[in-house]
Amino acid sequence: MNAHGGAEGLTPVPPRQSMRRPPRQSIASWPLLDRAGYLLCWATGIALCLIAVGIVLYMLIKGISYLRPSLLLESPAPSLQQSKAGGFLDPIEGTFLLTAVAIAIAAPIGVALATWLSEYGQSSRLARAVESAVEIIAGTPSVVLAIFGLLVFSQSFLGFLSQNAADGAVTGQSFLTAGAIMALLALPLIVGAAREGLAQIPDRTREASHALGKTRATTIRHVLLPSIRPNIAEGVVLGMGRVIGDTAIVIILLGGTLKTEPENGTPILGLLRGTGSTLTNYVYYNSPAGEGNAHEKAYAAAFVLLMIVLALNFAVTRISGAGNRVDRTGGGWWRIAGAQGLILRLRPAREPGS
Amino acid sequence: MPAGATHRPVRARLGGAAGADRRTERALGALAALTLVLIAAMIVTVLIKAWPSFQANGLSWFGAGGNVDTQLRAMDEGVALPGHSALYLRAWPLIWGTIITTVPAVLIALAVSTLAAIFITEFAPAPVRGVLEPVVRLLAGVPSVVYGLVAILALAPWIEDHLISEARKRSVSYVVQLSGANLMLAIVILSIMITPIMIALIAGALASVPPSWKEGSAALGVNRWRTIVRVCLRTARPAIVAATVLATARALGEAIMLSMVSGSRGFAANPLDGFTFLFEPVRPLAATIVQESAGLTIGPMSHTLYAMAAVLLVSAAMLSFAGWAAKQPLKRYGIRA
Repeated sequence: MNAHGGAEGLTPVPPRQSMRRPPRQSIASWPLLDRAGYLLCWATGIALCLIAVGIVLYMLIKGISYLRPSLLLESPAPSLQQSKAGGFLDPIEGTFLLTAVAIAIAAPIGVALATWLSEYGQSSRLARAVESAVEIIAGTPSVVLAIFGLLVFSQSFLGFLSQNAADGAVTGQSFLTAGAIMALLALPLIVGAAREGLAQIPDRTREASHALGKTRATTIRHVLLPSIRPNIAEGVVLGMGRVIGDTAIVIILLGGTLKTEPENGTPILGLLRGTGSTLTNYVYYNSPAGEGNAHEKAYAAAFVLLMIVLALNFAVTRISGAGNRVDRTGGGWWRIAGAQGLILRLRPAREPGS
Repeated sequence: MPAGATHRPVRARLGGAAGADRRTERALGALAALTLVLIAAMIVTVLIKAWPSFQANGLSWFGAGGNVDTQLRAMDEGVALPGHSALYLRAWPLIWGTIITTVPAVLIALAVSTLAAIFITEFAPAPVRGVLEPVVRLLAGVPSVVYGLVAILALAPWIEDHLISEARKRSVSYVVQLSGANLMLAIVILSIMITPIMIALIAGALASVPPSWKEGSAALGVNRWRTIVRVCLRTARPAIVAATVLATARALGEAIMLSMVSGSRGFAANPLDGFTFLFEPVRPLAATIVQESAGLTIGPMSHTLYAMAAVLLVSAAMLSFAGWAAKQPLKRYGIRA
């Protein structure tokens, strides 16, 4: 390069044509292998849509054709005749009750953990260990969590949490114990979402609060937590999705009794100490793999389950506003991955615009 | 690092407020430490509970020998098999079942999700892209029991009627009965289940490749496909490895769907049977735990099931570590890992 570069560019006026942009490279000019790859990409994309549409349509048709209002309003009854076996009112209630218990446990703990990790622990060794612990929970199969829970909660000193068998043995099975283990499923999602929110708050917000003489604790309580409310909500909804979709923990820790069976005693505590079932468990029970083996009811229950999941999906989209934001770093994709509790810290450090 | 990482608040005043501040910090720190203790306790208790089973069988726990279903039934009934201890188990068919469902499913999902992620980030027109994100989100959110139900009620009968001939059934009838619920269905449904997660991770990584790198490659006259393969995929390689590892962990732990569609027999499907191999039933470890969970109160059975859980837990932890290691190079590209 020399200083006259600019001047040289001016003097020999090149023919106008060569200055024009070359025509957009067409796929036809690519080598054969590249074109094959391009077509494969399109094929997989379309196949993906077809599979999703197929599953949703299939469930929609089966669900609508088998779903009767009576199914939603009747309790299940143990009967060999399908007409007498009732509906799935109890599993629906069980689903909501179990989710409520799990979130009631997971949300405060998750937010507290995220706050400590982001605001206090930061890069200390303990913080890194806790981060890994949360990742280990996220990676542990739910069936392993379930049988660990059974082991813990069937200890006799924890007997007050669950339904006890006739001979006084502690079963470890109840809405409380199942909810506690379900909380472990939701925990990584809530921690991840809350941390993401805290990381997005600029330092100047904290500094302004400190400059006004507020302590860290007050800043967190009155400045930081209120402003990450949408993130916490997103984490909670994602956590609900995980809890509602899980079956293994219900089978092992909720007793898998079709009807909600409260333990004798005080009304609410008795219900929480009692056993029951959820929609996932009901679907499993009525599938060919279970004992009930009533396909029409399984389809109807699965349809209701899918509708709940769709509603939660919609809620997440609304909360995170993913639909109306131009996102150049693929933020939406990281969010889907995060929604699986799979990855907590693998996201672009900053969105480019911020 | 989080944005708050670098600053320290002013500790100007001591006294009430600062004391409360320190108490909050201690309380939250204690909770964090408690989480850590809980996880450590989980790993230790599962291993302790599993130990008798490993001790009774030694390393042959992982080996082949006899019919694993017979061994489990003996434990369930509390009658030891003649000549063996109550804890006698040779879990190879279950481990093999886990391997031959997980590995092919992950390989299929890897190929499909890479192509799909390229399609979404590079080729798909904007409206299609707008549709695909919710589609992937939906597929990732469908509960596994729904996948299992659709597979067992819609696909299994079709496979049984159209793909498995009578001659094929007869050819192996002296060892195992073939049905629509089999290895092939398990692999297909498992790969459908883990693909969305992998797509999300790979698409996220592809979308965060700096545009200038792609432009640089295009300016050198490289066509778009080669640019994608040589520049974007290479940059996203750590994310692809991480996605594979995490999806493997997911597949290993999948219990409900697999117990519904895998045919649920502790049978070591034999690849030497040719195509028939794909139609043989299997049962992975996680599915076994769910199916035998009624026996968790019976001594020998519970030790055995916790031993299976320990194998899964250790594999998942190792995969977690591998995933962490794979993420490290991403830091260089400004991706917080």
